[in-house]
Amino acid sequence: MTPEGGADLTPLTVILAYLGLLLVLGYWCKRRFSGTSSDYFVASRSIGSFLLLMSVFGTTMTAFALVGSTGKAYQLGIGVYGLMASSSGLVHSLVFFLVGMKLWAIGKREGFVTQIQYFRARLGSNLFGYLLFVVLVSLVIPYLLIGVVGAGAVVRGVTVGMFPDLFAGSPHPVTGQMLSVGAVPPWLTGLVICGVVLFYVFLGGLRGAAWANAFQTIVFMATGVIAFWLVSGKLGGLAAASRAVAENAPDHLTRENMIGQLQFLTYLLVPLSVGMFPHLFQHWLTARSARTFRLSIIAHPIFIMIVWVPCILLGIWAVGAGMQAPGGNANAVLGMLVGRLLHDPLLTGLLTAGILAAIMSSLDSQFVCLGSMFTHDIVLHLVRKDRFSDRQKVLLGRGFIVLVITITYLLSLLTPPNIFDLAVWCFSGFASLFPLVFAAVYWRRLTRAGAYASVLVMVATWIPLFYDGLILPTREHRLKDDYLVFGMMPVAIIFAASAAALVIVSLLTRPPEQRVVDRFFESART
Amino acid sequence: MSGSDRRSANWVLWCGVPLLAGLHQDFWNWDDGRLLFGFLPVGLAYHAGYSLLAASFWAFVVAWCWPSRLEEWAGAVESEVPPRTEGTGGREDAKGGGA
Repeated sequence: MTPEGGADLTPLTVILAYLGLLLVLGYWCKRRFSGTSSDYFVASRSIGSFLLLMSVFGTTMTAFALVGSTGKAYQLGIGVYGLMASSSGLVHSLVFFLVGMKLWAIGKREGFVTQIQYFRARLGSNLFGYLLFVVLVSLVIPYLLIGVVGAGAVVRGVTVGMFPDLFAGSPHPVTGQMLSVGAVPPWLTGLVICGVVLFYVFLGGLRGAAWANAFQTIVFMATGVIAFWLVSGKLGGLAAASRAVAENAPDHLTRENMIGQLQFLTYLLVPLSVGMFPHLFQHWLTARSARTFRLSIIAHPIFIMIVWVPCILLGIWAVGAGMQAPGGNANAVLGMLVGRLLHDPLLTGLLTAGILAAIMSSLDSQFVCLGSMFTHDIVLHLVRKDRFSDRQKVLLGRGFIVLVITITYLLSLLTPPNIFDLAVWCFSGFASLFPLVFAAVYWRRLTRAGAYASVLVMVATWIPLFYDGLILPTREHRLKDDYLVFGMMPVAIIFAASAAALVIVSLLTRPPEQRVVDRFFESART
Repeated sequence: MSGSDRRSANWVLWCGVPLLAGLHQDFWNWDDGRLLFGFLPVGLAYHAGYSLLAASFWAFVVAWCWPSRLEEWAGAVESEVPPRTEGTGGREDAKGGGA
């Protein structure tokens, strides 16, 4: 499928067909939508084990699981798997078991839809809800932007030369040479991606997102495995590909000189971020019962392994084969392997669809979640709730989802440099709020002042480290891969400060009323 | 499962997680660049096996440390408190809340 004088359109056709399938799925979800606000925001708390596993896994895995893991392994070798993947297998399931199920039970008892509703009620403070709203939204927005910007970059990469008469490309900032001539520009990809996600979440709410996530998770898992198998064949087989690494880049087979031991240890804190992701909280609430969590808790580490091990091997094989990342961009290594070794437009299209699947399976939940937060934590909280019928609440939620998607899209057009580096900092922020949710669930003595102290100290330690680790190096053009403090991930400092503030201030202030606290604990004190 | 069995099982959870966190550090593989089965680096094979171990551990926890009362507690509220309007802020909303 090649237009005269242009590049093969097959990859774009595959991508468009995939997006078309999502639209069909969205329409199917609309037919299952009951029309109630409970169905729209938490799928009537009716999601079963398999769908919960797929939707939670799809939501926690972003494009980084395919593209970033390959790129990081290309830079740092096999240690990336232990650093980011096997640690998540332990910690994510731990959080689902200890925190997720408890919050599901509390949410069901109290009729909560958002995380902020829980904290407001648990701490008896409206104002704390507003503070948390600002902090959570500030941390989620960069995470959303990464998805939209990432999709734009991926599609631009595979469509270079397809439409030279339509898209002139963009000039290189230094040389002025036109780059990506004829490629679909990121603004158009962002518009289409946002439009498709809007379609299925607008019609089906969180149920639509859950079904779309399940479908997309299957797509991106299958894509990674297929790419791995075909690329290994082109490199002469598994053994030959790995032998080349042993000969040409032996450092990539170990962690020595690649990752520090303290860095490796403190990275264990980063996956705790899932405990405070507002979109994951909302997915937990969709579970039909506590038993529904069982499959997610057990299968999550295995699913991570299925996606990450092939990508890590692909990353080190690229080094062993002497390949150079295009323009020094490690995130382009997976695309480069597929493009240079397979020369198959159909596979290129499928791989791109897989990457978009990983991106959209996170975007959709985040959009629904932010729409829910604006609806419940701001509007319905400020205005008497009986002023709105159930149908009006759904309309309000849909309106806010449209608003959130529009704002995200517009912000993606003005994306600052180093948006991908910002992601790790957002994760560190969420992880450093974990002491708050853990204490809220397990520690009766947590006070409102302790919660305020925890959040404010988190923000106060995060900002200077963020400035020193990202803003300043960007200005001075000396950005390194990993910013460490005394050899540790910055999250270790922020987490410790936030936890210490929570405990100390809670112990120094008057205990909360037992009557209020009893509502949130299984064994009420008498 | 009796109460004492449940407590013993919970000890497995509280000892198992730190043990697994310790096993995750595998400093003994830090500079081992050998290939298992001719293609799989030792450090990666260890952590892939670790993922399977983590899944097995969670299967054990789910089987033996399951908080069976949680389900009842989650559902118990229907008979304990008056129903609320769907999807709003729970009881705090009903009374207006306040910082």
